[in-house]
Amino acid sequence: MALSKNNKIGDGDYLEFEQKVADIDRQMDELRRLSSAKGIDYSAEIRRLQRKQVAELKRVYSNLTAWQIVQVARHPKRPLLTDYLNLMVKDFHELHGDRCFGDDCAIVTGFGQIGREKVLVVGQNKGRTTKEKIACNFGCPNPEGYRKAIAKMKFAAKFGIPIVTLIDTPGAYPGIEAEERGQARAIAVNLFEMSRLPVPIICICIGEGGSGGALGIGVGDRLAMLEFAYYSVISPEGCAAILWRDGSQAPDAAQALKLTSRDLQKLKLIDEIIPEPLGGAHRNIHDTVYNVERYIVRTLSVLKRTKVENLLENRYKKLRAIGSDTAGLLRTKTKAIKIDIKAAAPAASGKSKRIPAKV
Amino acid sequence: MAKTERREWNGYSLKPRKDMPEGLWTKCPGCEHMLYKSAVEKNLNVCPECDYHFRIDAETRIGYLVDEGSFEEILSDLTTSDPLDFKFRGTTYKERVKTDEKEAGAKEAIRVGKGFIKGRGIVLGVMEPNFLMGSMGYVVGEKVCAAVDKALAEKLPLVIVCCSGGARMHEGVVSLGQMAKTSAALAKFDEVGGLYICVLTDPTTGGVTASFAMLGDCLIAEPGAMIGFAGRRTIAETIKVELPEGFQTAEFMLEHGFVDMIVHRRDLRSEIARLIDYCRK
Repeated sequence: MALSKNNKIGDGDYLEFEQKVADIDRQMDELRRLSSAKGIDYSAEIRRLQRKQVAELKRVYSNLTAWQIVQVARHPKRPLLTDYLNLMVKDFHELHGDRCFGDDCAIVTGFGQIGREKVLVVGQNKGRTTKEKIACNFGCPNPEGYRKAIAKMKFAAKFGIPIVTLIDTPGAYPGIEAEERGQARAIAVNLFEMSRLPVPIICICIGEGGSGGALGIGVGDRLAMLEFAYYSVISPEGCAAILWRDGSQAPDAAQALKLTSRDLQKLKLIDEIIPEPLGGAHRNIHDTVYNVERYIVRTLSVLKRTKVENLLENRYKKLRAIGSDTAGLLRTKTKAIKIDIKAAAPAASGKSKRIPAKV
Repeated sequence: MAKTERREWNGYSLKPRKDMPEGLWTKCPGCEHMLYKSAVEKNLNVCPECDYHFRIDAETRIGYLVDEGSFEEILSDLTTSDPLDFKFRGTTYKERVKTDEKEAGAKEAIRVGKGFIKGRGIVLGVMEPNFLMGSMGYVVGEKVCAAVDKALAEKLPLVIVCCSGGARMHEGVVSLGQMAKTSAALAKFDEVGGLYICVLTDPTTGGVTASFAMLGDCLIAEPGAMIGFAGRRTIAETIKVELPEGFQTAEFMLEHGFVDMIVHRRDLRSEIARLIDYCRK
C-alpha cells in the first residue's frame, strides 16, 4: 500500500470544467521554465497568476453541478482508503478473511488508533495502480467482503471498541459468483447486525457512495460525507439508462437523484459535511485526511460518553426516522399510523417507547 | 414461397397461436400454450399445463392466503410525497405515481394488515408488483416497519410476500435508507423472538432482496421466481458473458442455499400454517 505522496495535478488530471485552471497552471510552468532558463525574475507575475488561480478555483468549486461533483468524487487522484490508513490511523493492524470463503481486498478491516482512541477501521479500497485496482476489484466488494466486515465488527463490539467505516465504492459487485455466494443476503445481514452492535459506529462517505454496496458498511450512529463525495441509490448512468432510456443523460439523472452532500444534508439524511480543501480533496490529501480525522475524534468523544442503551435507542430512532419524521415527508391524513403504532407501543417491549411517526 | 404462405395462414392449426383475442385467452410465458383465462384463475393463476406461476396483484394474493374476510388492512391511505421533487424525461414522479395508482388500483407498492391463516393470527404484508414495479419507497419502508411493530405488539408471526424491483430510484437515498430502516426494525423483532416468514415471489430483486426479503427466519420461494440482487442486464454488461440458464431463479437460490424451500402456490397456505405451528412457543 504505497502512499500517494505526489499528488501533483498533472496534465491528464484536470476535469473538463477546470480548463481555465489548467491554462493558468500551464502559464505558470512556462514562466518558471523561462525564469530558470534565462535567469529573469518572474516571481511577481507568478504570484499574480497564483492569486488568479485561487480565485478561479473558488469560483468553479462553489458552483459545481451534481454531475461535476460525481466527477470530482471519482477523480483518479482522490485520496483513497490507503491514504487515510497511512496518514490518520496509527499502528494499523489489518485483519483478513471472512472465515467462510475468502479474503476480499475491496474491503479492508483492521484495528488502529485514531487520535487517542482505539478503533476498528472498516473501509472500501479502490486501489491506485492498475495492479491494485484489479486486486481490489475497483472497489466493488463481493459477499465475502461484507461477511468479513461484519465478522470483524462483531469482534470489535465484543471488546467495546468503536467502529469507523470509510465508504468509497461504485457499488457491490454485480457478477455471477457474487450472486451465487449471496450478495443480497450478505448486505442484508450487515444492515441487520450493524443496527444493533453495542459500540459507537461512525460512517464517512469519502468518495463514491454507490447504493447497497455503500450501505452495507454504512449503518451507524453518525453518517458524514466529504463535501464533494456523492451517495446515491443507483449510479447516475444506471438511472439514466432506465428512466431516460439513454445512459448519456447521466448529468440530468445526477441532478434529479439529489446525491450531493448539500442536498442530502437538506433532506436530513446525513449528519455532517466534512469540508474539502480548495479545489477538491485530490489537490491536498493531507488537509482532507486531517479534516476527516478531526471529525472522527470530535464525534467519538461525544459518542463514547453516551450510555450503550441510549446509543442503541438513538440509532434505532435515527434509522426509523429515515423518510418519516425527518423531513416531514409523510403526508397528513395518516391518523391510522398514529393510532396503530401508539396503541402498539406500550405492549411492545415494556419500557422502551416506540416512536410513532410524527406528522 | 409456399413456406411464407403457410406461416401466414394459421386458421385450423393445432400449434399455439401467436396472436390472441383480448381478454378471454392468455398465453403462458412458460410453455407458450394458449390458456383459457378463467381456467388459469381457478387454478390460482398457475398454468395448468406447466405450473408456471403468473404474477398476481396484492389483492388476489391476500385472497389466496388468508381465511376469507379476515384481513384487516392498516395504513391503507398512506401515499408518497415525492421527497426529491423528481423530474425525468418531461414527466414527474408524482405523475407516474398517479398513472400507476389508476392502473394498478393500489395506493402503494405494499399492503399490510392483520389476518388469519387457517385460524392462526398473523401480520401480513403483501407487495404490489403493478405499482412502480413494486419498488420500495419510504411508504413501503414505513409500512413494513408498522407491520413489524404490530407483530411485536400483538405477539403474532410476521409474513411478508415480496415482489419488487428493488429500491425506488425516484426517491433517491430516502429509499436506500429504507433498507437500513426495515432491517433495524426486524433486528428488534428478532431480539424478542418473533417469527418472520418471508415468501419470495417473481420478481424479488435489488434493495428489497438485500434487506427484509433475505432476513426471514424461514424463506419460502415460489417455483421459477426470479430472485437476485443485481439485475440480469447489469451483470451481463459488467462481466460481458452470457448468463447461464436458470440464473437467479428460485431453484438457483435453493441450490446455493439461500432459501429454505420452494413451495407451489396451492400449498403455500398450509405450509405457512405448519411453520407457525412448529414455531409456536
